[in-house]
Amino acid sequence: MTGSDVVAGASAVDLADGEWHRLHPATPLLRGGFAFVAIAGFVLANLRERILGLFLGGGPGDGAGGDPIELIVRRGLIPLALVVVLLVLIVIVVIFWLSWRVHSFRITDELVEVRSGILFRTNRRGRLDRIQGINISRPLFARLFGAARLDINVAGHDANVQLAYLSGRNAEALRRLILLRAAGDREAGGTAAPQVEHDGSLGGMVTQRAREFVAPELDPQLAPPESVVTMHAGRLLGSTVLHDRTIIFVLLVIAAAVLAAAAHLFVVLFGVVPALLGVGSQIVRRFSRSLRYSIAATPDGVRVGYGLLSTNNDTIPPGRIHSVEIRQPLLWRPADWWEVRINVASHSDRQEGGRRSSTILPVGSRAEVFKVLELVLPGIVGDGSRELVVAGLARAVAGDGYTGSPRRAAVLRWFSWRRNGFALEPEAVLLRRGAIWRSLIAVPTARMQSVSLRQGPLLRMLRLADVHVHTVAGPIRAVLDDLDAAVAAGFFRDVAVGAVAAARRESVAHVANRARWQGMSRSHD
Amino acid sequence: MTDTTDLPVTPRGGVDPVPGEWRRVSPRYIWVDLVGSIISGLAATAAATIPFWVTQFVVLLTIPAVVLIIALIVAAFTPRRVRAIGYRLRDDDLVVRRGIMFQRFAAVPYGRMQLVDINRGPLARALGLAELKLVTAAAASNITIPGLPMADAEQLRDRLVELAESRRAGL
Repeated sequence: MTGSDVVAGASAVDLADGEWHRLHPATPLLRGGFAFVAIAGFVLANLRERILGLFLGGGPGDGAGGDPIELIVRRGLIPLALVVVLLVLIVIVVIFWLSWRVHSFRITDELVEVRSGILFRTNRRGRLDRIQGINISRPLFARLFGAARLDINVAGHDANVQLAYLSGRNAEALRRLILLRAAGDREAGGTAAPQVEHDGSLGGMVTQRAREFVAPELDPQLAPPESVVTMHAGRLLGSTVLHDRTIIFVLLVIAAAVLAAAAHLFVVLFGVVPALLGVGSQIVRRFSRSLRYSIAATPDGVRVGYGLLSTNNDTIPPGRIHSVEIRQPLLWRPADWWEVRINVASHSDRQEGGRRSSTILPVGSRAEVFKVLELVLPGIVGDGSRELVVAGLARAVAGDGYTGSPRRAAVLRWFSWRRNGFALEPEAVLLRRGAIWRSLIAVPTARMQSVSLRQGPLLRMLRLADVHVHTVAGPIRAVLDDLDAAVAAGFFRDVAVGAVAAARRESVAHVANRARWQGMSRSHD
Repeated sequence: MTDTTDLPVTPRGGVDPVPGEWRRVSPRYIWVDLVGSIISGLAATAAATIPFWVTQFVVLLTIPAVVLIIALIVAAFTPRRVRAIGYRLRDDDLVVRRGIMFQRFAAVPYGRMQLVDINRGPLARALGLAELKLVTAAAASNITIPGLPMADAEQLRDRLVELAESRRAGL
């Protein structure tokens, strides 16, 4: 079946023409071949003495009888052994070639489909309108071959479609194209996706490979637009030092040192050292990842760049962000720095390699937070609700737009009962929490999955209740505890109604967009 | 469906965000829940005796005693707890309530339902009951309606799937 219907792909536009295409020829090697190479290397390393002995003329000693190679040599089975090795090699190469032959993908107007496997065939398709984001990663080995991996995150558990590996220059253009189609409101074919010149000759290929390796930003035409936030090394350093995690780290070090010195409990160190290594590496990673942080609006969605050595670029299509949290570690308050995190519907963050970060702004001033919010919640953080967001980051004041907990909630929330509150906008639910560790959670009503209200015996005695706005899994839990019971009941009702209304507005707009886009693409054909 | 009445009155200080009539689950579900809570109660009691076996302090036998009493209370309240399970199909969403002591209300817009599962345990199957599980993109939703007669469960599932199809929005 993967015979003549598979078209040899050249440019991104051709790759997305709805026909079946094969992946980069080095794919089997990149996907599984390195295990083989490693085994071969291991065997060679073990044979080193023998090979050296062969060249230097000296025998490798009398040799123990249990060594299979010794056995082969002694019984004169070398030709047979060589034939076996050769056969194994041929089988492996054939399997590689076959697996490359049957591994193909296609991208149509509506879906992306990958089929693979020799004995156990798998076929996976993802609908383009369910795409949550596309991640390009370029591991070091793949970079040597000029290949890149495209992770297409589709909503749902373990629902990634992986195009591994594509030629690097096509990957970027293909991502753009898929995102355009996923957005569904623009014409896809007309975009200036770059054509890759194939000049066939080996020399040309080598220079092109070298060029790609030196210029990892793939294509000048597709170079990311100016980041709206620039990361200052000084601020990053300061925020890292003042981060809660660093404080905990330092306290742990002090505690361990005191214990070890005062009580001569050096055993403590064995327990503490792994914890320290863990926290320390987290701190270092946050710092090094964030050094080259960038965020920008592209026509395909918000593009977040991270990473110093292995670069990672994530593009999140508009409307795929399910909740946003702005929060502030305690010691950042004098500097008015904030951190922004998001929940996105995809489970790709647990995949190796293509690690997606949920932190969309590692540290930023208030103005930068608003710039980021305008990108991630367009139309929600508008002129009207800007004041609400500002109030959400500040102390609670009467009449600031938030409905808070009653005074009796102070039994449970000693400091934060004043700040603990919500504001309901047509497009988003804002939850303001925490007095010491301030945070503000915004859930777009159109993205909300469901809402629940809980009350246990203790809360009933206090006439309080908790409201939980359910969003897709992620670091953010949109929960507001200890509201007045009657207020909570009203909030529950309003959120349920708001969610339905927002979904209705959106589906009307979505259908209109799709119809328009389909009409356009048809006229283009 | 099985029974459509007002649930027992909301306890003092309690909440009822969506007052009105609730559909109840089958009274036969009491047996399923009862057997489940008896088994888990006995298991918890057995586990609570471990400190006694380890140390041989007779005082520690109070732990399994307390656990057993709690388990008995939980089991005794089973009929009320089952009566407190209710659901209602509103125009645009499904509302589910559970619990007396620990109350939980949840509302799922039809358009957000990804799947509707029907699960049947061995005891529930013997009694002709099934559990409906609604799956949304959020794991926290965790909305189940236990103790539905099989025919009702299938009918409700078909209705919910139909409603979900007609209200489906982009995720």
